[in-house]
Amino acid sequence: MTQYFNEMYEGGEVRLPYAQLDDWMRNMPAELRQMKQAEAEALFRRIGITFAVYGEGGDPDRLIPFDMFPRVFSALEWSKLERGVKQRARALNAFLADVYGRGEIVRAGRIPAKLVYQNDAYEKEVVGILPPKGVYSHIVGVDLVRTGPEDFFVLEDNCRTPSGVSYMLENREIMMRMFPQLFRDNRIEPVDVYPDLLRRTLASVAPTKCNGEPTIVILTPGHFNSAYYEHSFLADLMGVELVEGQDLFVEGEYVYMRTTEGPRRVDVIYRRLDDAYIDPLCFRPDSMLGVPGLMDVYRSGGVAICSAPGAGVADDKAVYTFVPEMIRFYLGEEPILNNVPTWQCAKTDDCKYVLENLKDLVVKEVHGSGGYGMLVGPKCTATEIAEFALRIKAKPHNYIAQPTLALSTTPTFVEQGIAPRHVDLRPYCLVGERIELVPGGLTRVALTEGSLVVNSSQGGGVKDTWVLAG
Amino acid sequence: MLSRTADNLYWIARYMERAETAARLLEVGARNALIPSSQGHRSEWESLLRAIGTSAAFNKKYGDIVQRNVESHLFFDRDNPSSVVSCITAARESARIVRTALTSQVWDAINSAFQELRQMERQPRSEMDLSRLTEWTMRHTAMMRGAIEATQLRGDGYNFLNTGYYLERADSTARLLDVKYYVLLPRIEYVGSGLDNYQWTTLLRAMSSHRAFHWAYGGDVTASKIAHFLILNPQCPRSLITCADGLVTHLDRMDRSLKRQTSARTQARALLAELSEARVEDIFEEGLHEFLTRFIKETGKLAHEIRESYLNGDIR
Repeated sequence: MTQYFNEMYEGGEVRLPYAQLDDWMRNMPAELRQMKQAEAEALFRRIGITFAVYGEGGDPDRLIPFDMFPRVFSALEWSKLERGVKQRARALNAFLADVYGRGEIVRAGRIPAKLVYQNDAYEKEVVGILPPKGVYSHIVGVDLVRTGPEDFFVLEDNCRTPSGVSYMLENREIMMRMFPQLFRDNRIEPVDVYPDLLRRTLASVAPTKCNGEPTIVILTPGHFNSAYYEHSFLADLMGVELVEGQDLFVEGEYVYMRTTEGPRRVDVIYRRLDDAYIDPLCFRPDSMLGVPGLMDVYRSGGVAICSAPGAGVADDKAVYTFVPEMIRFYLGEEPILNNVPTWQCAKTDDCKYVLENLKDLVVKEVHGSGGYGMLVGPKCTATEIAEFALRIKAKPHNYIAQPTLALSTTPTFVEQGIAPRHVDLRPYCLVGERIELVPGGLTRVALTEGSLVVNSSQGGGVKDTWVLAG
Repeated sequence: MLSRTADNLYWIARYMERAETAARLLEVGARNALIPSSQGHRSEWESLLRAIGTSAAFNKKYGDIVQRNVESHLFFDRDNPSSVVSCITAARESARIVRTALTSQVWDAINSAFQELRQMERQPRSEMDLSRLTEWTMRHTAMMRGAIEATQLRGDGYNFLNTGYYLERADSTARLLDVKYYVLLPRIEYVGSGLDNYQWTTLLRAMSSHRAFHWAYGGDVTASKIAHFLILNPQCPRSLITCADGLVTHLDRMDRSLKRQTSARTQARALLAELSEARVEDIFEEGLHEFLTRFIKETGKLAHEIRESYLNGDIR
């Protein structure tokens, strides 16, 4: 039986960051808890924070379950995480600038050329382009898990357009509204500076051709997208326009948006759209979501695109294995945060090991996301494992495997009261002229007892994440 | 403001007003159906469907013209783009798209209407009589209107919302009047008869203006008084002249703020000028139906101009 680290307790004692919450938890009658939970749900629904899943049947305005029990980090714990995350964000950006430039890391033999240049996410279209300030990935979401008091692992990096930051902000708003006393009793670092920091980050990477205050927009695939709420939420908080592809057009050297006053030039586009869709003339010709000619303007320095096209190659699950190597190569530092040991089924030896040990491993598709298409060995029956083995044998390069981590738990409100549930953490690192990390992030929690899958599409919920002031 | 945002605001208002019209039509129909006629009670509903032009679609889907089916058609039917459910769903979807251009009260008003509606769709129909449906609709459209008036910034967005409201309302008043004049009346001899007056009164009720009318005119209800009230009286909140005046006001403000002279504004002004000078005798001389048909065509043209002048994104 695996022992899981419960973040609230150590050796039967309540850990210091959770001291105040212990009282709070003990003094809350069940009725009050139910009332507050209903209140929170009503607030979420009223504000319209739903996670729309179209085309799957069921309620198109699904709520992500919100758990009121906060997850807490001490100032000391956070300062280590912060340094680790920022270090990673710097290394990933250095890697991107390198592989679209001279490719030193490949020449030095530190990462296989094939893995980079034949990667599906490698965009040949942007080779030789250095984006403003040399930044490719402006918002880096690093998915972290914890297995012990001092042990953090990076599960994966998200260098394109990590989502979920609206939950970080709204979870806090709702907690402050419902339990103001908690915020008086604890000294909790605020997270609501995030939209301002994001705006400054985006403004700091305006193209050189832009003079004066840059015009920033958020480009959304539209209101059918599951993260649409987040797009409009961020646009609102930053005070920038939320545009769709049809609102933008290219003329001469610039991109403009269609307004009631006529065309208005756009300098920075924070796109929440995959590379493939942003310009039908350059990428997928059948895309109706993008802006024809956008890439020409981008190449000639008329507009900044955040994240820069091509950034996806850095968060590929196979490239992930080499991030510690990147940190050593570009920064000359030792990684502060560890990778999870990873076997690549593309390698014969690794594949053999994986197939022999499937029952102890987690196997993921290299390009998969959202917790789909993965195998959690210890939770599967022998038949399921046998079936999955066939899929790996058919397409070994499509899979990687990792040991099943003993994910930490935090107390969580469940029907019977309070019980430990497994959690992960995604902080959002902003990279522009400076590198910023808001003290907090999105904690996702697997609400099903024993489950290690925290994805919202698979029954996961979210929690407010506190960083205590030092 | 993004042209697409303006377009969505304009349509939010049009859909809300349209939902209200559907509810008002239901009310006219239900009241009219209470008076006996030579064919029993059915013909009234049939004329109403013919008047709003959905008769064919209705027959295909429902067949029997009974109140319950008409209720389904005008309130619940998602296949009917002008039903209350369709309009409120469309308005809410547009509101979701331009969430950032609306105050939280306005969003709350439309979103709670939408959420309640989804619950109502799951309730047994026997618990919802017609008056509950129409009252529900009027209450929510009024709340939305109130939230806009009380909280929206008096900027371009506010002007686009109001333009949508006035345009849709002008069209709906003209159509409701036209329904009465040419379709509800089975035979020309009925004009001026007691039955005729009853139907005129019902029309006033459906526009929530029955009492207002008596305050403004007194005495007997006559066709010419009603035509004056609903077309030419600037005191009546739903009259064509009030709508034209509202359109001119908001298009004027828009053009001032955008520093432009649009053909939409010119056309709205011409419409208002005509109504300001018209006398009710002129209208009857032209023929009420002819006048209304022309007016509906004019508002259609104005809607087109508004699109071209502000909303289609090709403004230079």
